Amino acid sequence: MSPNPMPSIGLRRLAGRMLAAAAALTVGLVAAPESRAQETFRVGIVTFLSGPAAESFGVPARHGAEFLIEQLNKGAAPAPYNQVGFGGMRIEPVIVDENGGATKQVQELRNLYQRENVDAVVGYIGSGDCLAVAPVAEELKKFLILFDCGTPRIFEDSSYRYVFRTAAHATQDNVALARYMRARNINAGSFSLINQDYAWGQDSRGDFIAAMQQLYPQATMNADLLPKFGAGQYGTEISALARANSNVIYSSLWGGDLQAFILQGAPRGVFQRSQLVLSAADHVLQPLGERMPNGTIIGARGAYGLMSPDTPLNRWFFDGYSQARGGVYPVQAAYRITQALLGLKTAVEKAMAANGGKKPTPEQLADAMRGSEWQSPGGLIQMKLGNGHQAIQSMAIGRTRWDAARRQVVIEDIQRFAAECVNPPANMRSLDWIKAGFPGAKCDTPAN
Amino acid sequence: MQLALTILMDGLIYASWLFVVALGLTLVFGVLKILNIAHGSLYAVGAYVAASLVTLFASWGLGGHFALVAMLLAAVGVALVMGPLMERYLLRLFYARDEVVLLLVTYALFLILEDALKLIWGVNPYYVSEPYQLFGNVAFASLFYVGYDFALIGLAIACGIAVWFALNRTRSGKVVLAVIFSREMSASMGVNVDKVHMVAFTLGVFLAALGGAFTAPMISVQPGISVSVIIVSFAVIIIGGLGSIEGAAIGAVIVGLARAAAVHLLPEAELFSIYLVMAAVLIFRPEGLFQRAAARKI
Repeated sequence: MSPNPMPSIGLRRLAGRMLAAAAALTVGLVAAPESRAQETFRVGIVTFLSGPAAESFGVPARHGAEFLIEQLNKGAAPAPYNQVGFGGMRIEPVIVDENGGATKQVQELRNLYQRENVDAVVGYIGSGDCLAVAPVAEELKKFLILFDCGTPRIFEDSSYRYVFRTAAHATQDNVALARYMRARNINAGSFSLINQDYAWGQDSRGDFIAAMQQLYPQATMNADLLPKFGAGQYGTEISALARANSNVIYSSLWGGDLQAFILQGAPRGVFQRSQLVLSAADHVLQPLGERMPNGTIIGARGAYGLMSPDTPLNRWFFDGYSQARGGVYPVQAAYRITQALLGLKTAVEKAMAANGGKKPTPEQLADAMRGSEWQSPGGLIQMKLGNGHQAIQSMAIGRTRWDAARRQVVIEDIQRFAAECVNPPANMRSLDWIKAGFPGAKCDTPAN
Repeated sequence: MQLALTILMDGLIYASWLFVVALGLTLVFGVLKILNIAHGSLYAVGAYVAASLVTLFASWGLGGHFALVAMLLAAVGVALVMGPLMERYLLRLFYARDEVVLLLVTYALFLILEDALKLIWGVNPYYVSEPYQLFGNVAFASLFYVGYDFALIGLAIACGIAVWFALNRTRSGKVVLAVIFSREMSASMGVNVDKVHMVAFTLGVFLAALGGAFTAPMISVQPGISVSVIIVSFAVIIIGGLGSIEGAAIGAVIVGLARAAAVHLLPEAELFSIYLVMAAVLIFRPEGLFQRAAARKI
């Protein structure tokens, strides 16, 4: 005799139970959106709310996230994002400050997953923070999207199951800049560089020099300056650049450092004698206004802001954000967090379609996101690198001009680059790809 | 020759900015024996208040050279409000405690002020770049410099001479020197030590705010500008000798020239150059170049 004998059930009672179960199931399915609406999806959002990166990156990213989440929760976003929240679940953001160093961020990430019980985390602007938190999410088996940081090393040096980056890394910025200059036959017989002395500045410098060696093999490199992050005073560096008198001055400076560099360099005539080329400068155009030197060649680390594509989705985002922020238009960080959250929404809804409409587990989310693609205001995002964990996207470069009538800096002569023209193919390290002469680059396809 | 002149000029411009800030730091240490970590935040407060005042003056139609008046007023205002407030109601409570406690207090102040700045001015940058054009451009060693940078050298020299003169050639200055040498002996001779402390600290705040106010036109004034200032200022006064005005001047010039030479000749050593000089000085003169040997107290 078994310890738990099956109770004998009469045929009529069995039929009755089956009918009741079927009815309950039907009611359940019909009411699913209703019950989903009661459920929430908690997202940890980590961005700089203080410190030097807050003004240029952290706070615009927060504003972008707040705008999008509010619209999604109202079901007010355009198709294909018009379902309320994430798969009918209301999005509940938990916003955390990224300032304070990598060690603090590791602890904060644990808190988000274990104390705040978030279902996913979208965050991290600093490359050092990204490198520190990715292994932690992997260890905890929790879903993490790195939305902004630029270092190519995340997925080129490691592989993850639960960690994704929904923005292209820094290689495309520098390859696109060099390609843009080549396409316009910009005189770059000599060039000088000024970059911050940390991961971002060093990686950008390396990529740009390598790209120049491919596209301008005869060019000579003059001054190669690496001031510390947050230096603020660039008088000596500007003298060195003026003495070098190169055809081109390249910089990956950003935020307050870039603004100080421009404010101190412009009156000394350096940018009239040399063509200024900036890899990530869209975010300083609004604050600097007419102080921005005309004719500067700039990138925005994607097709963002004034260089974003003319699509219904982008018009909705650009205009909606500008309206919500009192006329300030969205710049790169706002775009990048938006594409991360739209990618997360796509993954959640794809996973729910596969699991019968339940809130997805981190494993289901990871399976849904790996190798996926989705439309964003900045164009199509494709998870094509790092075994489907690293995005590539199209790119745009243009030249600045102060428009006195509109009282703003405009960007002209914009050139768009397809993602596969400026990003390495899968399973090839960025620097190796550049040094090999961009094998497999597809530059004839239009940017999408 | 041209390169040498460029290095000299770049070094002096950087040194002048550094000296104004480091002078306040070394003065406060000399009199109060406080290594004020919040000094960089006071520099930032000066920059923010100057940015606001210059904008306000411009809205009243007082542009051009009135901006310089606004910047000076900003520094005076910050000093008169924050100096007495901080010294009297916070630092004074800890004078009897260990010097490390005071160091921690000023560190706490630094953190508080950083957030207070964000509360008051937000995180968006402020620009007051117009004064930077006031003195035009100057050609030197076949390069163009901004006249404002030369004006800053003048300001630094004026500050140095004024403080040196006040300390060494006035009665009040002699009293301050007496307090620097021996607090107890000065008090026993009838010197109002508390008052000397407050005045010296307020003057230190003024110099920090002055540095910030006159730097504001060259940068975008935003959170984070205080950190790098305090680190490099410490380097200067350690080289010169804590509490020494001549030391701050020489230290600033050494750091300025070392940094300029590194940027022009060996850019990758730019950051290293300052600390290399500091280490070299500390090996041969652990108390700094101009620190007087302290008399043993019986």
